[in-house]
Amino acid sequence: MDFELTNEQKMTRDMVREFAEQEIAPHAREWDEKAIFPEETFKQMGELGLLGIPFPEKYGGSGGDTISYALAVEEIGKACGGTGLSYAAAVSLGASPIYYFGTEEQKEEHLVPLASGKALGSFGLTEPNAGSDAGGTQTKAYLDGDEYVINGEKCWITNAQYARTVIVTAVTGKTEKGKNIISAFIVPTDTPGFKITSPYDKMGVRASNTSELILEDVRVPKENILGDPKKGFSQFLYTLDGGRISIAALAVGIAQAAFNKALAYAKERKQFGQPISSFQAIQFKLADMAMEIELARNMVLKAAWLKDNDKPFTKESAFAKLYASEMATRVCNQALQIHGGYGYMKEYEVERMLRDTKLMEIGEGTSEIQRLVIARQLGC
Amino acid sequence: MNIFVLMKRTFDTEEKIVINDGVVDEEGAEFIINPYDEYAIEEAIVLRDEHGGEVTVVTVGDEEAEKELRTALAMGADKAVLIDMEDFDEEIDHFTVAEALTAYLKEQDYDIILGGNVAVDDGAGQVAPRVAEGLGINQVTTITGIQVDGEKVEIERDVEGDVEKIETSLPLLVTCQQGLNEPRYPSLPGIMKAKKKPLDTLDIDDLDLDEEEIAAKTKTLDKYLPPEKGAGKVLEGEIDEQVNELVSLLKNEAKVI
Repeated sequence: MDFELTNEQKMTRDMVREFAEQEIAPHAREWDEKAIFPEETFKQMGELGLLGIPFPEKYGGSGGDTISYALAVEEIGKACGGTGLSYAAAVSLGASPIYYFGTEEQKEEHLVPLASGKALGSFGLTEPNAGSDAGGTQTKAYLDGDEYVINGEKCWITNAQYARTVIVTAVTGKTEKGKNIISAFIVPTDTPGFKITSPYDKMGVRASNTSELILEDVRVPKENILGDPKKGFSQFLYTLDGGRISIAALAVGIAQAAFNKALAYAKERKQFGQPISSFQAIQFKLADMAMEIELARNMVLKAAWLKDNDKPFTKESAFAKLYASEMATRVCNQALQIHGGYGYMKEYEVERMLRDTKLMEIGEGTSEIQRLVIARQLGC
Repeated sequence: MNIFVLMKRTFDTEEKIVINDGVVDEEGAEFIINPYDEYAIEEAIVLRDEHGGEVTVVTVGDEEAEKELRTALAMGADKAVLIDMEDFDEEIDHFTVAEALTAYLKEQDYDIILGGNVAVDDGAGQVAPRVAEGLGINQVTTITGIQVDGEKVEIERDVEGDVEKIETSLPLLVTCQQGLNEPRYPSLPGIMKAKKKPLDTLDIDDLDLDEEEIAAKTKTLDKYLPPEKGAGKVLEGEIDEQVNELVSLLKNEAKVI
């Protein structure tokens, strides 16, 4: 047992913390208010190697591990939930599947630009009628000569409007039992017939780009199929297992930011002649918040450690995502309560954190789906 | 060009500092590279990229300082040296540190040595000038600009907000002031590469120094936090009355005029 981070992990955390405090936090309120996607900031993050943390150097990555990546997501999330979400999605969903399942040629062509931070990636799974039930995907792809032709619609796709490629899932046939066979395709966003718009007005994570995709006779070379053509479904389940670690880390970051604000405020705010932090009603809230954040962080790091050590982590990443996201909503809600009327004002930023963190219970598998994943792991 | 940087690991003065019995509590403190030394590291990297050569970052401390040395390597320095004082039994002050650095540098082939203007913890600004004296080389403190052309060096120096322009020559020691540059963030690939860069550890014996001879020359009697800021005073009444009251307060109470 060793709870000590390595020097590299500490240095990564410290660097990202400083970067996020200097370059992200001062803009978070404006990006939220005007729903601005911080394209320039992502360029800087790319130059610093943040978009390639968990990928090897030969694919343009930084050669770091999942723990370093989780620490980086937490630090960025502390500064801005929306930026954190786009960051986590770019790495865990946009780039990781190519790393896990891509051929050497696909990695050269499509992973290198993402891992080296020159472009962003995106992952198109959810559809208007296929959310938690991803098996119900309606987007279809058929082979026509040397090309696949894809038709369908995807919704709430993070980063797509700023992405170089989107990994799109589509039904390519049926099994003998009549179940859909789902495959994944690497689709460059400049392919004719691929329409990407961002029509959404979101409650939170407003600095993150969320897109709608319409695919009308989109043609991609057949080599763009990702991994095993028949195993698209299990591939994205594996991808989501990894993604959960980053969403959990993001929730921890947002919760930590809200807690820091609440603690500082409680020490400053005087009522009845003393700081409200001297009242047990407030102390008990702060004690619970601090404890829950640390418990969630430990779970995140354990799941990341399991992944780094090639051990099964499906259950643990679901634990982390479920607990951290629900914890973060509680913590942000209490942080706002501690701020009283001031907390309800945008200037104090905790209301944004509460709006941002609510998504953590919904995106990349709702809390209900996490419970299903866990129950399945228990053998139910 | 052979470039050396003198670096200090300090606690972060932007974080809360706790003093127990005259000693800064290291348990709760966050440790960083002295911010002025970050300017020195950055400038060293810029000079190397422009003129070629190697950047070696040197610190005097214990193995805890390895993280800060690795951070300097991650920013782009080539080598790091830790002069380990773990087994040093005497008291340590600026004299001790300067003697250790001087003994180390005497054996090195250096063209330019950069340090921070001061360390943010004790703000003494003693070590680097002492090292220059010890080595018998030119020194310019609080620089905000530097151009090296062969042996010739043109420097801009901060003098209480004004700029002094100086021409000097290598070998040279400079101390870096805010405004010289904007230190880079260590990149992720930099952090990973830093792991493989050489970090040598030396102790006093390796430097042929005698403990007693370089023991501290000063004694710290006490350390305490500045007094908490008292409440301000808002003057009232007509402007004339307020001005009169202010003048009388400055004269009689604050005794500054």
